[in-house]
Amino acid sequence: MSGVVTVFRALDDETRRVILDELAARDGQTLFEICSTLTTRHGLSSTRQAISQHLGVLEAAGLVVTEKRGRSKFHYFNPAPLAEIARRWPVGERTAE
Amino acid sequence: MRINLVSVFVDDQRAALAFYTDVLGFEKKHDIPLGEASWLTVVSPEAPDGPELLLEPAGHPAVKPYRDALGEDGIPLVQFAVDDVEAEHARLTALGVVFTQPPTDVGMVMMAVLDDTCGNLVQLVSPKSVA
Repeated sequence: MSGVVTVFRALDDETRRVILDELAARDGQTLFEICSTLTTRHGLSSTRQAISQHLGVLEAAGLVVTEKRGRSKFHYFNPAPLAEIARRWPVGERTAE
Repeated sequence: MRINLVSVFVDDQRAALAFYTDVLGFEKKHDIPLGEASWLTVVSPEAPDGPELLLEPAGHPAVKPYRDALGEDGIPLVQFAVDDVEAEHARLTALGVVFTQPPTDVGMVMMAVLDDTCGNLVQLVSPKSVA
């Protein structure tokens, strides 16, 4: 799949969009933290394993990058693939007639 | 039935005793030599006759993969209650303690997660103040 396809497929899921919302609000979270905020703030009842798989899809699309620090792995939002989409279809100043 | 003892595996019992007493603020309850290790427990000064935490040597081969996998995902192995997670986060950070999760509002409680330097992640919780 080309890059743009993996990005759109990764975004085509409400749980993954909420994960990106949470990382955009507070970057650098462990799987444990992501799971606890999804459960308590968004009422999502996905299993930890399901969230882990969602993170894998986001990471494959380049929307999430991870860094191992100490004994834990932290997840960061990477907006670069979205910037590529905006470059391809620029958000202009055009207004509706 | 009562819960009187829970355990965490620690890399080094003496280093663990120092961290759990000098840094976290627990008190030593038992330190009974048993071969190369000790039966080493701490209690909260707020409940000296309450549940004990056993600082157990991490020598069993199953311990490392178990703790490595949970630590990578940021999953704490034990939970302690404090009056104010944010105040404890500030106090412990000043002492050099590393948190993998800063104080976070998770609905019923405030929660944070720290690295105990002995191989475990520890969760702190406090009740949320009623506004």
